[in-house]
Amino acid sequence: MSDVFIALQTNEESRYIVEALLQDNPNAVVDEQPAMVKINVPGSLVLKRETMEEVTGRAYDLQEMQIHLITLSGHVDEDEDEFRLAWND
Amino acid sequence: MQIDLRTVSIKPLRNTFDHLARRFGDKPASRYQEGSYDIQADANLQYRPTWEPEHELHDPGRTRIVMADWYAFKDPRQFYYGTYTLTRARQQESAESNFDFVDSRCLLGQLAEEDRQLALDVLMPLRHAAWGANMNNTGICADGYGTLITQPCMFAAMDNLGVAQYLTRVGLALGDTDALVAGREAWMNDDAWQPLRRLVENTLVTRDWFELLVAQNFVSDGLLYPLVYEQFVDTKLNGRGGAGVSMMCAFMTEWHGEMRKWSDAVIKVAAKESDANRALLSEWTRTWRDRCAEALAPVADRAFGDEAAAILDTVTQSFNDRAAKLGLDL
Amino acid sequence: MDMSVKKKLGLKEKYALMTRDLGWEPSYEKHEDVFPLIHYEGLKIHDWDKWEDPFRLTMDSYWKYQAEKERKLYAIIDAYNQNNGHLNVTDARYINAMKIFLSAVPSLEYNAHRGFARLGRHMAGVGPQVACQMQAIDELRHAQTQIHAISNYNRFYNGIHDWKHMNDRLWYLSVPKSFFEDACTCGPFEYIIAISFSFEYVLTNLVFVPFVSGAAYNGDMGTMTFGFSAQSDEARHMTLGLEVIKFMLEQDPDNLPIVQKWIDKWTWRGVRLLTIVAMMMDYMLPKRVMSWKEAWEIYFEENGMSLFKDLARYGIKVPDCVEQIKKEKHHISHQAWTTFYAAAPMTNFHTWLPNEDELDWLSEKYPETFDTYYRPRFEFFREQAEKGERFVNPNLPQLCQVCQIPMLFTEPDEPTQIAYRQVEHGGEKYHFCSDHCQHIFEDEPEKYVEAWLPVHQIMQGNCFAEGDDPTAPDFDPIASVLKYWHIVPGKDNGDFAGSEDEKNFAQWRGMATSNQ
Repeated sequence: MSDVFIALQTNEESRYIVEALLQDNPNAVVDEQPAMVKINVPGSLVLKRETMEEVTGRAYDLQEMQIHLITLSGHVDEDEDEFRLAWND
Repeated sequence: MQIDLRTVSIKPLRNTFDHLARRFGDKPASRYQEGSYDIQADANLQYRPTWEPEHELHDPGRTRIVMADWYAFKDPRQFYYGTYTLTRARQQESAESNFDFVDSRCLLGQLAEEDRQLALDVLMPLRHAAWGANMNNTGICADGYGTLITQPCMFAAMDNLGVAQYLTRVGLALGDTDALVAGREAWMNDDAWQPLRRLVENTLVTRDWFELLVAQNFVSDGLLYPLVYEQFVDTKLNGRGGAGVSMMCAFMTEWHGEMRKWSDAVIKVAAKESDANRALLSEWTRTWRDRCAEALAPVADRAFGDEAAAILDTVTQSFNDRAAKLGLDL
Repeated sequence: MDMSVKKKLGLKEKYALMTRDLGWEPSYEKHEDVFPLIHYEGLKIHDWDKWEDPFRLTMDSYWKYQAEKERKLYAIIDAYNQNNGHLNVTDARYINAMKIFLSAVPSLEYNAHRGFARLGRHMAGVGPQVACQMQAIDELRHAQTQIHAISNYNRFYNGIHDWKHMNDRLWYLSVPKSFFEDACTCGPFEYIIAISFSFEYVLTNLVFVPFVSGAAYNGDMGTMTFGFSAQSDEARHMTLGLEVIKFMLEQDPDNLPIVQKWIDKWTWRGVRLLTIVAMMMDYMLPKRVMSWKEAWEIYFEENGMSLFKDLARYGIKVPDCVEQIKKEKHHISHQAWTTFYAAAPMTNFHTWLPNEDELDWLSEKYPETFDTYYRPRFEFFREQAEKGERFVNPNLPQLCQVCQIPMLFTEPDEPTQIAYRQVEHGGEKYHFCSDHCQHIFEDEPEKYVEAWLPVHQIMQGNCFAEGDDPTAPDFDPIASVLKYWHIVPGKDNGDFAGSEDEKNFAQWRGMATSNQ
């Protein structure tokens, strides 16, 4: 199974996103690089609004994540509650 | 190791890029200038477009307007991406609080049922007209020559889409998805809207991009926005308990006021360039004005009833004055 | 009206009303007159509504989020400039990478802006149109933020004072220029496969992620910020690339061979273009994050292959050229740097020989090739330079008719033999760097014979400075060509060692770190 990944700029907001991603995807692998952090997950990845709201302690719109996003790989599927990345192979 | 450089004063070798120094002298350039002037390729273009082999990729020959320097069209707003986006984000924030205010104070409740219906009848089909405007401005950006005139059209296209989306929210606030369905039905089949739809479809096949700019941004917007947003929304509806609608359309009024400054500047510069340009612009403006006024007449009837002819006439007259001030001969 | 009966609309429904519900089927004008560009490439689209929007951004959110990005970006650029942040870079040689970047990239972004505007108008479905329009305006953002971020370097360093003029003329800059003009002169479907899929999805990570991370590593906060900030839009663009390919392939089985041909062509065109990025990563970042070969392995061989595995269900195959690229990844950065080193008088940036440390790093990163083929060459160049006979290639190079790169690549299985292909067409001979470039030519010779090849143009006398007389007895053709390019000899070109850049940087940094 191929990895999907998402890379974020290293900053305060991203810290929360990474924390939520690790909660929502127990098999996620974090790869820290200069000024960026890349999260790899086999097959598929999910970021839940609920988890983000829990981690940040405020209402969260998943589209806010785009401000910190550097790149991603996999098919995107997004609604109000979840942001998902997956390969179909 | 971080070096503290605050105290160091070093003298730069030059103030700006050479192409800007050639235009404006060797002095620091603004971000508008750096990001806009001369940045489109204009020499040694490779390959003919397979979609239009008679022209080069970037080619001033896609319009009959002739300019010695296509970078004469300075945008009075000096919008580049950054200033454009920041301006719109501020407007969006205030639009958002308007929508919230209208909702939380139940302002739309002050509108009588027949006026609510009237507002929907007049505004909903315009979602589609705004989409037509979006396609036109996107096309002008693709076909135009020189960033100074193509980039404001890209911004306008996104604004047109924004207008269509605000109108969608107005429809959902005043009614439900049914209101949008009814608006689309009127746009497609109602006799009152067919002349306007025909006009918009005619613009979609207008190939001279400068003519299209005149038809869309100068003439059509120049008649439609004052008629619909100033006269209908802000005056008529507002006087009949429609302050809520007026607040939800505040972006459109403000936007048109701003766009007028830009389109006036474009027409003025092009007309001043030569008599041939002026004659062409006058002819285009005349033709499209007549077609547009005719297409708006049944919409005005629906919006204003007996007063329609007088109001449309006032709007057209003030457009004519505006055109005359810019040097056009209608 | 009872407000409480209103349905609560989900994100997808609401987005549909905000976008695709705006379009309509024209009846006063013919569909093919409103959308005249969508048939001639032979693609079959039956139902534009089948388009799936991956990111559902309405204009209100677009303005809001993009403004936030812009505020952050310009705050950092301003602070970086005010504090003379350029003096914090690891080593002034690094700035030469930025010179290449400004000379080449904003023009690419700009053409992407105009190209996506064309698609935003001419695709016949609101979904793809809106996605293309957002990309069109984003690409303008990238061009402008790059110019703004690098503008301050121009005030203090040489070589990029007339970047746009050079972009339309200078020999090596015809490589990126012809790449994008090639895409922009294609039909809309080929354009979107070329740029959104092959370039953005498959290759762009190689440009921005390791290279921009490298800028950060070398203390260039300005570049890091615009790079990553641009890349945050790129995530949307890449997704458009993937969506578009699924859409085309699901619409009609006849689309497969056409799409496959475009993927093959544009993957190769893109990889050839990235040769210069390979060189920048391996030779121009004083502190290296990873080698080109490592970046290629992570971002193409691992991630790219996941993508092709995913697309296999449509019948898409990994492009043939990938086999050759696998072999070339051990070579291209070294071949490019030696070429530029030897062409030092003809470039708008400075070159240098890698120092001992750097040679060791390269040996370690390229164990299969560096010590055998390239280290000896650099050592030879060093000996020559030390003798005062700095090596310069006296000849104008032969360029590939398709990628326009000088003939610097070697045969995939014979690293000492320069690869060279030739085809006759219409009584003329045309030259290529590889089988793949040759095949691209043979498929569309009418297009590629129109290429504006800088070396040919120089030979034909089309690149001399205005007013210079080639028949004059004291006419110096090279000097005249440099003048035509607006390159100032002795300042913009040549060795880094002894350059004005080197002296100024040392002096300014000295002022900053001592009391002199």
